[in-house]
Amino acid sequence: MSGMEQAKDEMNSPGPEAGVTMTGAATDAATGTATDTVPPLASDDEQQTTDSTDLSTADEEQSADDSPQRSRLRWKKKDMPGGLWLKCESCAQTIYRKELEEKGFVCPSCDFHFTLPGAERIAMLLDEGSWEEHYAELTALDRLEFTDEVPYADKIERTVGRTGQNEALLCGTGLVEGRPLVLAVLDFKFMGGSMGEVVGEKISLAADLARCKKLPLVLVTSSGGARMHEGVLSLMQMAKTCSALAEFRDAGGFSICLMSNPTTGGVTASFASVCDLTLAEPGALIGFAGPRVIATTLKQELPPGFQRAEFLVEKGQVDRIVRRVDLRQELASMLDYDPQRRGVAD
Amino acid sequence: MSKGKQNPAEATSPGMGFERPIREIEVQLEELENLSLRTNLDISGEVEALRRRLAGAIEETYADLSAWERVNVARHQGRPVASDYIEHMLDEFIELHGDKVYGDDPAMVTGLATMEGRRFMLLGHRKGKTVSERLACNFGCAHPEGYRKALRKMQLAQHLRLPIVALINTPGAYPGIGAEERGQAAAIAENILAMFQLTVPVVVVVIGEGGSGGALGIGVGDRVLMLEHAYYSVISPEGCAAILWKDGERTPDAAEALRLTAGDLSKLKVVDEIVREPQGGAHRAPTMAIAQVKQALLRHLDELAALGGEELRRVRRQRYRQVASILGRFPESP
Ligand SMILES: [Zn+2]
Repeated sequence: MSGMEQAKDEMNSPGPEAGVTMTGAATDAATGTATDTVPPLASDDEQQTTDSTDLSTADEEQSADDSPQRSRLRWKKKDMPGGLWLKCESCAQTIYRKELEEKGFVCPSCDFHFTLPGAERIAMLLDEGSWEEHYAELTALDRLEFTDEVPYADKIERTVGRTGQNEALLCGTGLVEGRPLVLAVLDFKFMGGSMGEVVGEKISLAADLARCKKLPLVLVTSSGGARMHEGVLSLMQMAKTCSALAEFRDAGGFSICLMSNPTTGGVTASFASVCDLTLAEPGALIGFAGPRVIATTLKQELPPGFQRAEFLVEKGQVDRIVRRVDLRQELASMLDYDPQRRGVAD
Repeated sequence: MSKGKQNPAEATSPGMGFERPIREIEVQLEELENLSLRTNLDISGEVEALRRRLAGAIEETYADLSAWERVNVARHQGRPVASDYIEHMLDEFIELHGDKVYGDDPAMVTGLATMEGRRFMLLGHRKGKTVSERLACNFGCAHPEGYRKALRKMQLAQHLRLPIVALINTPGAYPGIGAEERGQAAAIAENILAMFQLTVPVVVVVIGEGGSGGALGIGVGDRVLMLEHAYYSVISPEGCAAILWKDGERTPDAAEALRLTAGDLSKLKVVDEIVREPQGGAHRAPTMAIAQVKQALLRHLDELAALGGEELRRVRRQRYRQVASILGRFPESP
C-alpha cells in the first residue's frame, strides 16, 4: 500500500466508526430502549443505570416497590422518604405525592407533565365509562427468538405479569365530551413503550377501525422508539403504521397525535409525526435521537431546553402545546373540525 | 499505521481481518505477476496455481460468513457506492440538487436517470469515496434536508410519471442539533407516508448499510432488493450490544441476534430478492457487482411498468401491512 493510500486509509477509518456511533446514536433512540429517554423522577445515579439498561429491566428493578403507582412513576426510594415525597426531574422541587396525583401528575411548581401510565391516561381523557378496549388479546411475538442476557420471550412474560397488560399499546373506542373517537395510547411502563410487531399492528388496526367507523383517530405517545428485540420486523412497523395512516387519510379521516414525555426514535419517525395535528405536553422530550446520544456524538453540550416541547414549538415542529388540565376541552373543540363529523367529507 | 510500512496483507478496511488468508495469497499473486512482467521468466504455471488457491480461499472464507463479518463487508471502503452506480450503470444522469426550502444535503444524491432506454428518478444515500467526500457527506448520514430533497424529487417523479429507484447505503440518519431542530423524525416519517401515496413504481436496493429509520426514509418500495453482503437493521450491532449486553465486545453476538443479513431478511419477507455479489464480495469486483444490480433493476422495472398506478399503490400498501403482520386483515379489517 502506498503512503498516500495509507494516509487515505487512516483518514478513512473514522468513516465506519463515525457511522457506527451515529447509528448507535440514531438507533439508540430508535430502539426503544431508551438510553436517553430517562423517565421523570429518576435521580442521577438511576439515570446512570437506565443509561445503559433496557428500560424493562429498569422497570422491574423499580417494581420491587409494590405500589403500581410508584413503579410507574419510577422514582427512587431515597427520593421519597416514606413514599410521600418525590423530586421533580425538571425543577428539582420536592413534591408531595398526593398533590402530584391530584394535579394529574403535573408538577405544581414548574408544570412539567410526568409520563402518565396508559390506564390513567385513558381515565383522564375519556368520558367516564365510555372506554371500550379492542385487540387487548394481542401479545408480543418473539419471531426472531431473540436472546441477549435473558431471552426476549421471558422478558415479555415477566412484563405482561408485572403490568397486567399484553402489550405497550392500549387501543379502543370512547367519548371525549360526548364525541366518539378511536384512541390508541402507548404505555411507557411496558418496555419503554417501544414499538414491535404488536404495537405496529394495533396502531394500524386503530387506523382501520377509525376508517371503517368514520371516527377521528387520537394517538397518545410515550416511547423510546422501535423495539430492538424484534430486529428489522420492528423497523418495518414504521412503514406498516404509515401504510394504514395513508389509507385513513385517503378516506378523509382526521388524526391527532399527542406526544407526551418522552417520544423518540422510530415512533416519532413514523406514525406519530404524520397525523393531521401534532400536539405536545409541556416539557415533553420529543426527538429522533436522544439528547445523550447527540451530546456524545457531537462531544458538545446541548442548548438549554433542547428537544423539549417548548423548544420544538419555537422551531416550528409542533402545532400546539396542550396542558393536561385543558386536554379534554381542547381535544373536544378540535374534534369538532373533523370533516366526517361536520358531514363534509368526500 | 501512518508511519512505517504496513504489511500489505493487512486488512484493507476496518473489520476485515477475516480476509487475511485471502489477502496473503492476493499479495503473493501480485508479486508473482509483477515478476513475470519485469522478467521474461515463464511462471504462468505458478501463477495459475496461485490463482486457483486464491479462488479456493475466497470461496471457503465467503461460504460461511458470520453476520458481523457481513456487516464489515457491507461497510468496506472499496465497496461500490451510489456514485459508482451512477457512473457505471446509467447512460445519463442529470443531478438535481436541494430541498428548495433549506439546503442541499450532500449525503443524499438525487437526479434524472436513463439506463438502457428506461428513464427514472434516482435517489441514493451518498457516502463519497475520497476522504473529503466522506466527511462532506457525513459518512452517508443524511439531515432532514436530505430526506426532504428526496421527497421533492419523489413528488417530481410522480408528476413526470417516472419510476423511482432508491439506493440505500447509510449507517443511519444524522443525530445532531440542527437535524433535530429541523425535524429529522418528521422528515423521515413524511417520506415513508409519501411513498405510500405514489402511483409510480418504486424499486429499492440495499447496496451496503441499511441503517434503521435513515434507510427506511427512502426505502418503501414495490420491490426491495438487497445485495448478498449488505445488511439492514433496526440498530447497529454496536448500539445493540452497548444497550442490551452493556458490552461492546458482544457486538458480533448482537449482529447475529438482530437477523440483519440478506438471507435473514429474505426469510422474514422484508426483502424480495437477494442480488448475488461476485465471489469474495462487491469490493473485490465492483463493476461486476454493479452489472448484477443493473440486470436485476431492469427486470423489476420492466415487470412493474406493466402494472397500473392505483394497483401499484394498493399492493404496496398491502405489502407493508403484511410484512410482520399478525392478523393480516388489511384492507377489510376490522
Ligand atoms: Zn417541577
